[in-house]
Amino acid sequence: MDVKKIAKLAHLEITDEEVAIYTPQMEQIVGYIEQLNELDTADVEPMLGGLTAAGQATDAIREDEISTSLGTEAALSRAPASTDGHFQVPKVL
Amino acid sequence: MLKNEIERVLTNAERLNDQLGSFLSIERGHALGRAEAIEDAAGELPLRGLAIAIKDNICTKDIRTSCGSRILANYTAHYDATAVQRLNAAGAVTIGKTNMDEFAMGSSNENSAFGPARNPWDPERVPGGSSGGSAVAVASGVVDVALGSETGGSVRQPAALCGIYGLKPTYGRISRYGLVAFASSLDAIGIFGSSAGKIADVLGIIAGRDPLDSTSADVAVPDYSAMLDRSLAGKRIGVPRAFFGEGLDEEVRAAVDASIENLRSLGCEVVDVELPHAKYGIAVYYIIATAEASSNLARYDGVRYGVRAEDAHELRQMYFKTREEGFGPEVKRRIMLGTYVLSSGYYDAYYAKAQKVRALVRDDYAAAFANCDFVLTPTSPTTAFRMGERSDDPLAMYLSDIYTVSANLAGLPAISIPCGLSSESLPIGVQLVGNYWAEGELLNAANIYGTEHPLDAKPLIHAE
Repeated sequence: MDVKKIAKLAHLEITDEEVAIYTPQMEQIVGYIEQLNELDTADVEPMLGGLTAAGQATDAIREDEISTSLGTEAALSRAPASTDGHFQVPKVL
Repeated sequence: MLKNEIERVLTNAERLNDQLGSFLSIERGHALGRAEAIEDAAGELPLRGLAIAIKDNICTKDIRTSCGSRILANYTAHYDATAVQRLNAAGAVTIGKTNMDEFAMGSSNENSAFGPARNPWDPERVPGGSSGGSAVAVASGVVDVALGSETGGSVRQPAALCGIYGLKPTYGRISRYGLVAFASSLDAIGIFGSSAGKIADVLGIIAGRDPLDSTSADVAVPDYSAMLDRSLAGKRIGVPRAFFGEGLDEEVRAAVDASIENLRSLGCEVVDVELPHAKYGIAVYYIIATAEASSNLARYDGVRYGVRAEDAHELRQMYFKTREEGFGPEVKRRIMLGTYVLSSGYYDAYYAKAQKVRALVRDDYAAAFANCDFVLTPTSPTTAFRMGERSDDPLAMYLSDIYTVSANLAGLPAISIPCGLSSESLPIGVQLVGNYWAEGELLNAANIYGTEHPLDAKPLIHAE
């Protein structure tokens, strides 16, 4: 398992020391979850979303009405950096 | 005077927190202010003055919500979670925010970035997790009720290890609005109580449809308290014997067997049921939960809120450093596992396969409930383990949840009921799983059981 590559996909900058710890642990866990392969599921419908019949029936549609929202000032108030009504980040390129 | 009562609760919380680490913040000023306001408030408040502890992944307006993580160490929400908003409207008083495994990932509370919580029955042992702090706050007698959250057993397992009641309701019963997302198809707010009745009081207030959570169900909320004292005569208890296998501690097995006999003597009928796919629950869970977590935790990038790494001069470097420094080892491991199972070429082998086996787990329960009212299992295969004992072996830690995860996979309600003490005076819990929306029946069974067979001991460390 190429843990360094997976970490990169997940935007995690992990150290070589961490790679050495995570690799055997993750291989062991993936080995464990592969026991599912002993089940024949060719004719099984996957279980997705709406876990209960009542949940599936819940009407999530509403009228499209304007209501109050957080607002720019509040939305920016928890940001590590902001400027002129925008979130601020280090340079992109 | 309500203020004196809240003062007493705060003093207990503060006095025990050095030993037990159950609170990440104790909100003295907030709680006393609320007590004063409620004292003067006119009208009927069903939870008037009820002191409550809230897990630190449930948003509270103007009170820190850290999720037990460095990456949210400075985060304060702009709003209350719907459950908190309803508690406040009913007159409850939030005492503080409780310790937890980081982002609710863990079964021991050792994964908190702010230090572990400790089991009041033996402070060298874990309280369970991930809602360990809430369980300890109730078990140590600081509060009678606390909110936790569940993804795979994070309320029921610590309830069992701490000798209290813990309910995970049906998926969609309590709004998840304001519950910080871990695995959205599994997550549920749960309730700890010193009795089933206390849980019933709180569930009746916070359950029900919420337009702010599209997965909250439009199902009527019954009067749970009115159901508590019904006779259990004729209730059918399904016992999946084949599932009580490897890894089940002998003392836990004996206590659970004794609880089955107690239920029989209360008039219940005991029948055999089979859950042939329940043993695959952990494998299914660690695919679905990690996949959903890898997506949900992508939002922690140091841009809109939370902690940003210093000394990053370019955007991608800022993302990588923020997440490397902000997340602890278990969270990284699960984000990476989720990234792996969803990565190109592996989706069908892992995620799609897990969704199919999840359907089989659900169908097992549907078949069982055709023949019984409750399915009974141990809550946890062992009593509270020693701190550090499983921290280097993630898979052994994951197996702590073998009896609890399947209810989350199927979306079913379940409760852990204290049913005995081991030879080392450590609590043991028995779990009842009910059919969809059967919270009232579960609380009824727990109340009758607890009234007839109470635990006749208190933890070593307990409030005055």
